[in-house]
Amino acid sequence: MTMRTPALDLPLMLLDVTVVARDVTILGSISLKLEAGPPTVLVGPNGSGKTTLLRLAMGLIPPSRGLVTWNGREHSPPKRRAILFQRPAMLRRSSIGNVRYALAAADVPRPARAGRAAELLADVGLTGLERRPARRLSGGEQQRLALARTLARDPDVLFLDEPTASLDPAATKSIEDIVRKVTARGVKVVMSTHDLGQAKRLAGDIVFLHRGRLLDHGPAADFFAAPRSEEARKFIAGELLV
Amino acid sequence: MSGETSALELVLTGDPELFAIVQLSLLVSLSAVLVSALIGIPAGAALALTRFPGREAVIVVLNAMMGLPPVVVGLLIYLLLSRSGPLGPLGLLFTPQAMVVAQTVLVTPIIAALTRQTIEDLWVEYRDELAAMDVGPIGRIATLVWDARFSLVTGLLAGFGRAAAEVGAILIVGGNIQDFTRTMTTAIALETSKGDLSLAVGLGIVLISIVVVINALAWGARHAGERYAG
Repeated sequence: MTMRTPALDLPLMLLDVTVVARDVTILGSISLKLEAGPPTVLVGPNGSGKTTLLRLAMGLIPPSRGLVTWNGREHSPPKRRAILFQRPAMLRRSSIGNVRYALAAADVPRPARAGRAAELLADVGLTGLERRPARRLSGGEQQRLALARTLARDPDVLFLDEPTASLDPAATKSIEDIVRKVTARGVKVVMSTHDLGQAKRLAGDIVFLHRGRLLDHGPAADFFAAPRSEEARKFIAGELLV
Repeated sequence: MSGETSALELVLTGDPELFAIVQLSLLVSLSAVLVSALIGIPAGAALALTRFPGREAVIVVLNAMMGLPPVVVGLLIYLLLSRSGPLGPLGLLFTPQAMVVAQTVLVTPIIAALTRQTIEDLWVEYRDELAAMDVGPIGRIATLVWDARFSLVTGLLAGFGRAAAEVGAILIVGGNIQDFTRTMTTAIALETSKGDLSLAVGLGIVLISIVVVINALAWGARHAGERYAG
């Protein structure tokens, strides 16, 4: 596997960003710098703003206040970024049709698509299921297919929103293996999870969110050994945060 | 010989008059569905994907137009195409083309409304994915129409069913002229009033057979969609 050069579009900076929807503050005054390297994992209880932060970083929603910049550039998210939603929609096509669609959307030349699609399905362990309608795959297979679709964009930055929620351990392991593989290839992974064990297994650094506020950001080992906020300490201890 | 037996003979022996009527009926209705699809599918898709003031009112009107009374449509088209009407100089009144226009007016709202609903439902499902893949507006419409194609075929067949079974509008604008604008439905109405039940029943058998085939096609389209696209 070849290591790519560090992404030219990083760091991704969120500068004093606030997101308000229907008079409710979803994210409040978040400042965050995401650089190339091991995965950044967002943790926090339900409703803490993890999904909104990922969508904001991906460029799917605009900030109500503040700035999002890619390598210093505002309003210009790079093409080579991709996101895996918690419940990805399967296009009403075959498995390989889904990947070919993503390749076409990423402007991959038509002659290269068939071979690349087969490679991507092999990467996520779906060889043999090329012709099966995507909507007839199991939950874990659908998640891996959606991951193959995101990888079709050959992303420098890959956002994953709870990629293993509701998957069984085997399916979870296969997703985590793919995360390690793409990270080793030089892709910056930014993911959210509820699973602290998963965060320990994958994270280079942890971002802890609570009620739309960033309460902690630092190396994973430091976060778990010495959380800086009382909320983070309770969250790690498995206590309910209300 | 009973009327029904004679009717069957007409069908089974390929009576030229009966099949000329069937041929014209299919030509008019299929032409109307084709034109309606060319108008209704893009219009329905655009309505599904755009937001503007009064959009809900447009949807309500469009849905209401699915139940347009054929005789009223026939009357309006008649007024437009009559010699003193705004489109009178075209000389279309009492021609098959006028019948196509009338059926197009009846069928387009059905196809547009069903397209709008189908595309809107799919858009809710696809919106985030297509946005994340940076798919532009034209690409979005093309993707949604393609992925909804099996449902849209069902809509087209529903439109064809409406056109093929319709009598009021084409009777007014076509005039039911023998060997020129006489279709299955207008012929059935005429022959029944004349008491010639053989031809009327024969045409009825063909018309019902077409309806059954349409439903079979709709069923097949839905199941093909489930099989190939999930």
